[in-house]
Amino acid sequence: MKFLDEYRDPEAVARLASAIRKRVTRPWTLMEICGGQTHTILKSGLPDLLPPEISLLHGPGCPVCVTPVELIDRAVAIAARPEVIFTSFGDMLRVPGSSRSLFNAKAGGADVRIVYSPLDAVKLARANPSREVVFFAVGFETTAPANAMAVWQAAREGLRNFSVLVAHVLVPPAMEAILSAPDCRVNAFLAAGHVCTVMGYQEYEPIAARYRVPIVVTGFEPVDLLEGIHMAVQQLESGRAEVENQYSRSVRRDGNLPARQRIAEVFEISPRCWRGIGEIPASGLRLREPYRAFDAESRFAMEGLRSFESPECIAGLVLRGVKKPHECPAFGTLCTPESPLGAPMVSSEGACAAYHQYARHARSLRSA
Amino acid sequence: MCLAIPGKVVSVEEAEDLTLRRAKVDFSGVQKDICLAFTPEAKPGDYVLVHVGFALSVIDEDEAQQIFRDLERMEELADEVP
Ligand code: SF4
Repeated sequence: MKFLDEYRDPEAVARLASAIRKRVTRPWTLMEICGGQTHTILKSGLPDLLPPEISLLHGPGCPVCVTPVELIDRAVAIAARPEVIFTSFGDMLRVPGSSRSLFNAKAGGADVRIVYSPLDAVKLARANPSREVVFFAVGFETTAPANAMAVWQAAREGLRNFSVLVAHVLVPPAMEAILSAPDCRVNAFLAAGHVCTVMGYQEYEPIAARYRVPIVVTGFEPVDLLEGIHMAVQQLESGRAEVENQYSRSVRRDGNLPARQRIAEVFEISPRCWRGIGEIPASGLRLREPYRAFDAESRFAMEGLRSFESPECIAGLVLRGVKKPHECPAFGTLCTPESPLGAPMVSSEGACAAYHQYARHARSLRSA
Repeated sequence: MCLAIPGKVVSVEEAEDLTLRRAKVDFSGVQKDICLAFTPEAKPGDYVLVHVGFALSVIDEDEAQQIFRDLERMEELADEVP
């Protein structure tokens, strides 16, 4: 496929890896934000191609992983109501709640359906006027325009049986939370190319300046990631801390203006709890006043939900890059993709799942 | 979840209201119906980056080639410095 295959070319990968080796003089720690990037890195064995001076930390960029357990419990409770058709992207279904996942709820008879696009959920609401259709609106800035559009269309059509359970999170505040933690080890960031396709990268400029940290907007294929690492290393070695754009075939400085406008019309910025990290101010989105009628949390208000997390799971440390997945005592023993204790072992973007799938025997894991 | 993949716009279904503009997009032989609300400039033959049913950007062919031009230049420089 064009725009994929050429960015997986082994020769280009080898040339970039050698350029990085030539440039590096000191140890540097880089963090890739997005879980999709983490998977490419491990799947294509990039840590083994990099010089030993470069360590890669895996960031919090897995929306499934950071959705608080309390919200999963709420989703499960809403899905169990007989009038509800609960719709979600596939990756949310197996995320463990306090006692049950959406998948367990479905097995127990709840009407839980996987949709490809939030517009499919709107379509279901249109086709089933006697049922309540709820969509689990999870995601980063990449997904926010699509979810905003679904709410906007439902409002325009006057659909009264559609609502969204919002769990939207924003990337820049999470980066700041990581950078201001006392145990922060990050020297440079590879920012998430698809988040920046929507939002652009102006927001990152003050962060790069304030924390003196290079930020390189980076794509998702092996060549993209190595070029992003090369650009970050060049900045670090020459003492610069700027925002650069490796993913220029998709990302413009202002991002996608129609998409940003739609987000701003439907959503407003709010505090959010991140699973394993805690509340981060101004780090999420909630529905704006004119769209509150579509808020599933108030439509299906419930008391007495009590949530708890598995005490073994150190997902918070993994998501902040303080620990690597295999440093978790439960990794691969108590916690496996078949019976996960935490969300990072479930999601297709979770760091624990990536390590389990690709890196169990790799040098990157033994020496990390 | 932020997975977005490139596909080629095969045909566009124009609509008076730009938010309703849709396209058939080809992903290695699989065609999908994609919303063009956020890429009003997309036209048949363009490659768009698609996420959960929406095109988020039109891929810039020239920028896409840049990395390979840079790699050649790096190679030439390396040849000059013995
Ligand atoms: S390996 Fe499992 S228990 Fe350990 S941090 Fe990852 S998800 Fe949590």
